[in-house]
This record gives sequence, C-alpha cells and structure tokens, in this order.
Amino acid sequence: MNDSPPTTEQDPNPQEMDNAQNGEAARANASQDAASNGLTDTTTIFECKNLEFFYGDFHALHDVCMRIPEKRATAFIGPSGCGKSTLLRCFNRMNDLVPSAHVRSGNIEIHGTDIYDEQVDPTELRKRVGMVFQRYNPFPKSIYENIVYGLRIQGVRDKSRLDEAVETSLKGAALWDEVKDRLKDNAFGLSGGQQQRLCIARTIAIKPEVILMDEPCAALDPIATAKVEELIHSLKEQFTIVIVTHNMQQAARCSDFTAFFYLGKLIEHGPTKRIFTAPEKQQTEDYISGRFG
Amino acid sequence: MPLSSDPDLDNIRENLLMMSSLADRNLGLAVRALTERDSALCDMVESEDSQIDALEVAIDEQVITYMALNSPVATDCRFMLVACKVSGNFERVGDEAVSIARRARQLNAEPAMAVIDTLAEMAELALEMLRDSVRAFIEGDIELTRAIKKRDKEVDRMEKRVADNMREVMEADPSKVASALKVVMITRSLERVADHAKNVAEEIFYLFEARDIRHVGAGTNQPRSPGS
Repeated sequence: MNDSPPTTEQDPNPQEMDNAQNGEAARANASQDAASNGLTDTTTIFECKNLEFFYGDFHALHDVCMRIPEKRATAFIGPSGCGKSTLLRCFNRMNDLVPSAHVRSGNIEIHGTDIYDEQVDPTELRKRVGMVFQRYNPFPKSIYENIVYGLRIQGVRDKSRLDEAVETSLKGAALWDEVKDRLKDNAFGLSGGQQQRLCIARTIAIKPEVILMDEPCAALDPIATAKVEELIHSLKEQFTIVIVTHNMQQAARCSDFTAFFYLGKLIEHGPTKRIFTAPEKQQTEDYISGRFG
Repeated sequence: MPLSSDPDLDNIRENLLMMSSLADRNLGLAVRALTERDSALCDMVESEDSQIDALEVAIDEQVITYMALNSPVATDCRFMLVACKVSGNFERVGDEAVSIARRARQLNAEPAMAVIDTLAEMAELALEMLRDSVRAFIEGDIELTRAIKKRDKEVDRMEKRVADNMREVMEADPSKVASALKVVMITRSLERVADHAKNVAEEIFYLFEARDIRHVGAGTNQPRSPGS
C-alpha cells in the first residue's frame, strides 16, 4: 500500500497554531488526504480542515482533515460515540441547534466557502445540504404535500411545477410506481421503507447538492433496506451522498469511499474496496471484522 | 495484519495444518517406497489419501459456513479464499504422492536404477519447499514465501536433468523405456509438488500482505482486488 491515512497525529496541538500555520497545515493534510485516498481524480465538495468540535467541554472531534468527493457516496463508520454523526451534522450545521455545541477551531468548506462563516445562512446551507434521518419522519400530510412542502416554503405556487416536482422526486426515490395512484393519501399509511423513501423524495425535491443520511436503514427490514441501498446507488449520479451506518455490509455495498472514526478521530479514509479488503490500520481491521465496537 | 483469533477460524487453520501434515507424510512415504523398494508403503499412501480428501471437503464446508454467518472482511476474507486454495494445493500434493507410490510399486518389481538417488534429492527439495510454505503460514513469514518462489526453479532444473538422463538411458537400452518413463513421470509429480508449494507460498503472501505475487516477479506485486 502506498497511501497513508489522514490521521491527526501530525499536528499535536493545533489550538496553539496561529491562523496562517493552521491553514497551511490543513492544506498539507488535505492534499495528503486526496493523494493518499484515491480522491485525486474526483472533485471535492466538502473539505474539513483541522476541525475541532466540542459539546460543551466534551471534545467530540479531534483535528479532522478530510475531503468529501462530489457525486460519490462516502460512508462514515465507527463504534457508537466515535463522532461520525457529529461530523455528518456539521456538514449542514444541524449541530447549531444543539446548545453548547461549537467548532473550536478549523472549519468546513463547501466548494471553497467556509460554511461556518458569519455570512453563511444555515437555512440556505440546508437547502444545499439535505438530510435523511434514522427514523423516517414524514409530515402528517398527504404524500403529495410532503414532497412539495419545501418548495411551498420557497414560494413555489405554480401547480404544474409542483406536480412535476412530485413526479420527478418520487421517481428519483424509486417510489413513484408504488404511490402514483394515491398521492392524496396520508403519508403515514405507507410502509416504513416507503416512508423513508418518501423522506428521501422530499429531500431531493428541493434539489440539494448533498444528501446526508444518518443510519437511513436502521429502522427498516432487509427488503426495504435493499431498496434504499439501490436508491443510494442511483442518487449518487446526481447528488453527493454521505451516509453514517453501523452496518458494515451496507457501507461496503453502497459507498465509493469509507471513513473510519474512533474516539472522535478519523483513523482511516480511502476507497471502500481497499478499506474492506486491505485496511492499513489495525484499529480499522479490528472494527470492520467485528473484533470490537 | 496478523490473523484473527476466533474459534471457527482456528478450526480451519488446524484442518489446514493437518492436511499439510498428512500430505507431507504421504509424500515422504511414497519416496521411501521408492528408495527403500518397500511396496507395503505404497499401499499405506493409497489408503490414507482419503483422509486428505475428506479434510479438503471439510475445509470448504467450514469456509462457506463461516462466510455465510460472519460476512468476513479484510484479512478474514482473504483467509477464506486462501484456505480454499491452499487446501486444494495440499490435496493435489496428496494425489501426487499416490501417483508416485503407484509408479514406485511398478519400479520396485524391476531392477534398481541409479537415478533413484537423484529422485530422492529432488523429493527432499520439494518437501522442504512444502514445509517452508506451511512455516510461512504459521509464522506469517513473508520473506520465506519469496524464497520459496525462487527455489521452485531449482526443482525445474533437476526435473530437466533427470529427463535428459532418462532420454539417454532409453536411447542406449530400449528395454528400459518403460522404467525410464515411470521415472520421468515421478519427476513430473515431484515438480508439481514444488509448484503446489510455490502456489501455497503465493497465497500466504497474499494473505498477510494483500498483494498478489502470482505470475509476476516478487518485486512487482499487484493488489488482487484493486483498491481504487
């Protein structure tokens, strides 16, 4: 193997670095990350630079440096509490809603723009970076209204445009054929797997660039899981997918790249095939082999 | 990466080592049957080959069960593949031992030939390669696997030397054609044993290094499963 993981040990105390040094180190780390993890032929959408994240005094993420490639699926894996969901929620600033949660140093850029910059409106960011949660959460409305909800908030009133968005989004979420004759039915009447795909359809209706998925299949049966996984495969042609999962096989099946986190640190990040066939770090091997976690 | 410690994986490892031990013993007996002109040993080799065959089947069953129940990845996944391939090689070594034993029985019924000493030397080299490949597996010794690959060429040279020698024997005395051909077939079996040992060494290298040294020089390894 010729690649080395983007671990954080190279910068033992980033908090004491001045901004210039910090930026230089981040560029060096990110460059190493890209070169070493098969990302050189991809376009970067997100770039984490020496991210230090805290919940109050709890240090949740330690000096995370990584790039997320555009229109690829990246899986975050690791034992509970390792920081993978925390990082996921940083990408659309969902953590802003958690009291005491804060970035102490470092940043995350989307297409080169710092998402934590004062000028960035979190609501606008979340239009670009949608999210699907572990527990499917359709609104207590019709299937149709679930899909157009975000568009209506954006001020879209044109019926034909809304109809088109509903059809396109449901087709994109592989749900159209199953619900096209009952769009006015309450969304709660759908099966769990259908409700989750409806949530994905609702997310893609507003045409985000990125879809963050936090254990999207954790509450689904194997057949519904397989459908969502197929969906992830097709969605990554149009969207960047970042998925948190505890299911190793799901990460192996769905993602192009995998990042393994442990105790708030990014341990290893690389092409999924390599991570699951020949990981470089013993901790990664032990985790994916089920030896701990 | 070191091999995982897991009771099911340990059982597969133990069966592989048992197979290698039986194949080693049967090959040694077949060669002794030849050098000591003891045909009773030939019967033993033939009758005990079924133990090796049974272990090959058992290992396949253990591997498929482990894969179905555990979805192994990384080193464990490579071990699944390697266990099947290595057991196949040990089974073939057992078959070659049977083949040598059968020809030894026929040769023992004829006047002794001086070339048998060379066959014993060749057998010793092939057996050493086989034992070293097993040692490389037990100890995770990558350098040893590279060395085994190189030694295979020495066995090839010995096979050619014996073949040339037998050609001369056949040309000089046509009544010895049948015996000489049996000797040639035995050298071919021994050469195949060395090939199996080399194959095992290559699989062990892949197991520990996740790189493929089959069909290429040891310095130009490729990933068997491209990582990007």
